Amino acid sequence: METTELTVNGKRHELEADSRVTLLDALRNHLGLTGTKKGCDHGQCGACTVIVEGRRINSCLTLACMHDGDEITTIEGLGEPGNLSDLQAAFVAHDGFQCGYCTPGQICSATAMIEEAKAGWPSFVSDDLAGPDALSDEEISERMSGNLCRCAAYPNIVNAIRQVAGGKS
Amino acid sequence: MKPFTYAKANDRADATSQAADDATFIAGGTNLLDLTKLEVMAPDRLVDINRLDLAEISETDEGGLRIGALVSNSDCAAHVRVRQVYPVLSRAILAGASGQLRNKATTGGNLCQRTRCYYFYDTAMPCNKREPGSGCQALQGFNRIHAILGASEACIATYPGDMAVAMTALDAAVEIESAAGEVRLIPVRDFHRLPGDHPEKDNILEAGDLITAVILPPPVTGRQIYRKVRDRASYAFALCSMAAVVEMDGDRIASAALAFGGLAHKPWRDEAVEALLVGEKPSAALFGRAADQLLAEARGYGSNDFKIALTRRVLIAVLTEATQEGAAA
Repeated sequence: METTELTVNGKRHELEADSRVTLLDALRNHLGLTGTKKGCDHGQCGACTVIVEGRRINSCLTLACMHDGDEITTIEGLGEPGNLSDLQAAFVAHDGFQCGYCTPGQICSATAMIEEAKAGWPSFVSDDLAGPDALSDEEISERMSGNLCRCAAYPNIVNAIRQVAGGKS
Repeated sequence: MKPFTYAKANDRADATSQAADDATFIAGGTNLLDLTKLEVMAPDRLVDINRLDLAEISETDEGGLRIGALVSNSDCAAHVRVRQVYPVLSRAILAGASGQLRNKATTGGNLCQRTRCYYFYDTAMPCNKREPGSGCQALQGFNRIHAILGASEACIATYPGDMAVAMTALDAAVEIESAAGEVRLIPVRDFHRLPGDHPEKDNILEAGDLITAVILPPPVTGRQIYRKVRDRASYAFALCSMAAVVEMDGDRIASAALAFGGLAHKPWRDEAVEALLVGEKPSAALFGRAADQLLAEARGYGSNDFKIALTRRVLIAVLTEATQEGAAA
């Protein structure tokens, strides 16, 4: 058993868990934060995306015990009914989902992705490695390629993200 | 997942001594945990090296860059000097994986990532890499993603990464510290092995070895290009990729460093191809001869036969782009 201190959405938790417990399973099964979803459990679908120390990662591909002392933000920490984050509201306004299972991962991923773009990070589709001025639809799609949507709500997901990121279609 | 013990390494000596005693390093963990869940890998002991002081990018005395082994792929690709003078490296890293994975994956770990051969991943199947001596199912099986160069009867798996392909073209070196505290530099092009009779060994690391950095030599002038061909537009491994650093002298090719991914058990570099280009005027005929040279020993295994023609086209397209008049550096 490993003892790990995690700060999740501003609240400190002391976790006692087997070393094999992933951050995803710690959040869902030990801390009761079931907003983060388990899809493939192998880093291929992005449903488990959370923000750790400001960076989006796949919580299924990291052990909870590797995050002693880390600050973690999950979908529950971004907003709540009546007090939605800009991206959460935009996903509602643009119907950026159908079944909704991938949505928490999409929104956590997009939240951090917009910060990456603001920091000037280029992407595979950026013509100039200095980074894009605004997020085009092509840029949004490439930067969000780690989040799959089996309902294929992609056009509306891109619309929602573009509204918040202030890009051009 | 099979049970394992977990310990955090306090310093490099602690890390290497534990590894010499059969422990497995974990850094980003994105590949290791994927494989551990499937029990393709089953380490008894994990040593977490994330707290070691290896996450810096710094300039070397020679004017190159030292990329610490724990620098994330995201940070390396976004580093201003990497973007400015080693654009082929930024492009290659950005061509791989997803934003989430690049945030977690490290420079050292990326070098050590393992093949995506379907049979390596399927523990119900024989695989000489996973279980030496059990056989290779890919030879007669589904082998669309497999090697056309440098393979053996024991293994036709490929090294799947992009980053190391660019580093191979840039003549980068891997800095390795042994359990005895000795530091050695191995060119990236010599870091990965060909499978031969021992496909279970991906690279030249010995028990206790810790990758501490990748050293990039001073930047070279010329055009840098990374081209990747894959089965979908993003977030897929290369069927064929090519990193090129090409310098022109007037209307002739002054130098060419070319490395290929997705074709072999290691990033593939063929000096005979480069020698054939140097001093010549670019032409379709010249590039055709370069492709002939590169692919002289190429062999398909059925489903991957197309890679031979694909690689020829990628080589010609990239060289054409790299040698165009007025091509920006």
